[in-house]
Amino acid sequence: MGLDPVVLFFVFGLTAGLLKSELKLPPALYETLSIILLLAIGLHGGVELAEQGSWQLLGQSVLVLGLGVALPVLAFAVLRGLGFDRINAAAVAAHYGSVSAGTFAVVVAYMLAKGIEFESYMPLFVAILEIPAILVGILLAKGMARDTDWRELGREIFLGKSIMLLLGGLVIGAIAGKEGIKPLEPLYTSMFKPVLAFFLLEMGLIASGQLGALRQFGLRLLGFALLMPLVGALVGALLARFMGLSLGGTAVLATLAASASYIAVPAAMRLALPEANPSLSLTASLGITFPFNILIGIPLYLLLAEQLIAWGL
Amino acid sequence: MDAHTRTLLTVICEAALEKKLVTDLEQLGAPGWTISDARGRGGRGVRSAGWDTEGNIRVEIICARDLAERIAEHLQARYYANFAMVCYLAQVEVLRPEKF
Repeated sequence: MGLDPVVLFFVFGLTAGLLKSELKLPPALYETLSIILLLAIGLHGGVELAEQGSWQLLGQSVLVLGLGVALPVLAFAVLRGLGFDRINAAAVAAHYGSVSAGTFAVVVAYMLAKGIEFESYMPLFVAILEIPAILVGILLAKGMARDTDWRELGREIFLGKSIMLLLGGLVIGAIAGKEGIKPLEPLYTSMFKPVLAFFLLEMGLIASGQLGALRQFGLRLLGFALLMPLVGALVGALLARFMGLSLGGTAVLATLAASASYIAVPAAMRLALPEANPSLSLTASLGITFPFNILIGIPLYLLLAEQLIAWGL
Repeated sequence: MDAHTRTLLTVICEAALEKKLVTDLEQLGAPGWTISDARGRGGRGVRSAGWDTEGNIRVEIICARDLAERIAEHLQARYYANFAMVCYLAQVEVLRPEKF
């Protein structure tokens, strides 16, 4: 099985970074690419939502919200078992309970390349999964402590960049509908992969920078960052089967559950849990889990989905 | 030239703190401030500003000595323990004292 060229761009970035190459993309370009990706994902989801929104979807959304609450609790238990202190375990758990839109973009591209259909309202689940883990993480760290400024935190969480772009895209897509969106369609058809390729090149460069910090934290963190995506994928896939999603949908939800946030959650955690070591979470989610999911995880989760369906689950 | 002495308080810290700092400065009554992006290396390692949460800012405030000291003390009490932050005071000369 040949690697998708967009994944090769990631490997290229990773290699260039590890070789300490001079190659650097301007920070503004990375910002631009991530904005285009998030908007494109949102728009596409919105268009499909307008076509096939239903009460059944509402029930599914509640289940996915439950997944967003359960995952960080699970991650927290694993981290505590590995001997991390409470605050850091809670902060890392919040990252792993939330999702990575970058990973989502890659799994979408992977499914398209394989010609596997999946429920196209998945972007809605990305938005739903992004938020609860942050709140659960804070509660795990300090309970209902009085010194948390919930109003400020609420602004940070609900009006954060990625959630805003996703929801904005969803709403615009839903209002415009399939016909109205035609002129913008290249955003999530022909333009999607080129943008994703450049985005992944930069992600490779960033991930290589995070890998350097791994030596500081050692095997425990490495173990967690490799184990947790597998556990998350299994939980996500089982939930998807329970919800009756298609093969593609199962693999996509498994990938979402396996992914760890590296944009929305770090920013929120820095303000809500300043005592936690931010590089612990970023090294795990960006340095290990993201590359693992891109290179090995996604094909693996598709196999998992096929296996579960073969077993009649 | 008619120059007057004021204190320049410079704060270099994580970009994540920008909103909080601005609120604090407003509450403490700082007459004005200038914020710019910064990068460098210190007690908490290289802060390259290559990534959102790795960004740094430099906040400069020109004001009366006692206010500058009050702000510095407030910052020290509130943020030094958990955030990458340094701040220092310097005497500067300004032309329009009523502004500061």
